[in-house]
Amino acid sequence: MKKTVPLGITFLVGLIVISSEFIPHKPFNYINEGLENWFLIISSFAIILGQLSLIKVNSGKVKEKVENWQYYLVGLISFGVMVLCGILWGTEDAKGLAGNGDKLIAFFGQKPFEYLFSNIYQHLSSTMFALLAFFIASAAYRAFIIRSFESNLLMLAAVVVMLGRTSIGTSLTAWLPQGWRWVHLPNIADFIMNYPNNAAQRAIMISAALGIVGSSLRILLGIERSYLGGGD
Amino acid sequence: MSENKVPRQVDRRIIYLILLIGVAIPLIVPLGFHSEVTDLVKQVYDLVESTPAGSNVMISFDYDPSTVTELQPMSKVLIEHAWRKGQKVIAVALWPQGVQMAEQAFNELLVKYPDKKYGVDYVNLGYKTGGMVTIQAMGRNFREVFPQDFKGTPIEQIQMMKNVKSFKQIGYIASLSAGDPGLKEYIMAAHDMFGIKVTGGVTAVSTPGFLPYVNNLHQLYGLLGGLKGAAEYESLLQVKGTATSGMDAQSIAHVLIIVFIIMGNYRAYQIRQNTKRKSSAKA
Repeated sequence: MKKTVPLGITFLVGLIVISSEFIPHKPFNYINEGLENWFLIISSFAIILGQLSLIKVNSGKVKEKVENWQYYLVGLISFGVMVLCGILWGTEDAKGLAGNGDKLIAFFGQKPFEYLFSNIYQHLSSTMFALLAFFIASAAYRAFIIRSFESNLLMLAAVVVMLGRTSIGTSLTAWLPQGWRWVHLPNIADFIMNYPNNAAQRAIMISAALGIVGSSLRILLGIERSYLGGGD
Repeated sequence: MSENKVPRQVDRRIIYLILLIGVAIPLIVPLGFHSEVTDLVKQVYDLVESTPAGSNVMISFDYDPSTVTELQPMSKVLIEHAWRKGQKVIAVALWPQGVQMAEQAFNELLVKYPDKKYGVDYVNLGYKTGGMVTIQAMGRNFREVFPQDFKGTPIEQIQMMKNVKSFKQIGYIASLSAGDPGLKEYIMAAHDMFGIKVTGGVTAVSTPGFLPYVNNLHQLYGLLGGLKGAAEYESLLQVKGTATSGMDAQSIAHVLIIVFIIMGNYRAYQIRQNTKRKSSAKA
């Protein structure tokens, strides 16, 4: 019973949604619209669930004093401060429980939530992403080594595309006459991107789509049951 | 260097330092490299250019601060172009922090265009969870998904939203996307199901994955790929923005990476030659 009912609901809902794509008329279109609204409501709860999970997982690690527990504590404090700022003084034009926070606005120039978002969170996030450049540079020196014909080809394509996508690449071949435009680095880079890359991307997309169809059918027919939890 | 010596492995800290200096210098002293406008960017520009004045257009902010360097310049040029053409911009977000990104873009542009009014020339409807299902629902009934803007003002009280019932009243959708949900979902739901013109911008690393959608069926009207795409759009609009200045730094970084690849390969070649020499000496 614990498994049969959810499996039955999944099959029925899946059947309705698929049918509404082929029969966009009453009653399928109405039922489908209702299901969409249900989905939106349920997915909103996922945000609350995510926050609760964040508190539970991180506080557990702080309590158990796992390795680097201080970082989890900092994460929890940051989360709490942002939530408090939003609740107490609101965001943008919306007031919070403690009003608009005019004194704080006079001091920070913005509401506390916006101040923390644009002056701390935004820069920290960008910095984390920017650090990738350093890893790529180091990896380029250590890992991108020519070992075979295939790796040679990959390297050559990578170098041409990288140069072709920069302003320096444009300048390097800009002196070539118009008749030789096809050897301009940006054009060679575009050729690589538009033909070999597109062909490979399409193949990947078609394969992935077929995979999704297959796994969706397995779920609808109750063959794939891992989403229900448990072992079988 | 003697015959048997192999170039030493460069300490990664030195690589980091060289890259830091290489990126910092062009940001402090712009080098002024020029970016050629590619066809992909021109298609996006032409779509905005050909949409009539007074049209409602939608920009979806599907990113967070981590990709702000690449995607925020795109959002600013797209809003600026739409405003120059007299279009009304509806901002939505499929990512929670997209709301703040939209607000920042509008606030920065309002300094340049102080006559633009909230609710008349632009509106920020805020964030909605649900990804593709949200887009489908918006296509059928906009007001059901966004009954109010992000400040809590009912949508009926917003002047520019009075005639917007579904995607039929939207000129085009531009999604600035750092992942899922984002541009791909707009292509699949807004274009493929409702026939709306979709365009957008993505980070440089995800650009190759979106190129198949720029096809004869116009699933995607052009594409802004990474900082270069934004820089090209800035040059089309004749705006000197952060993307143009950032491209100098990115160009230097790319060249440095190529130099590191060459150095690494030279070292690998020397090691191989040494190994060969040793094995032939043993034989």
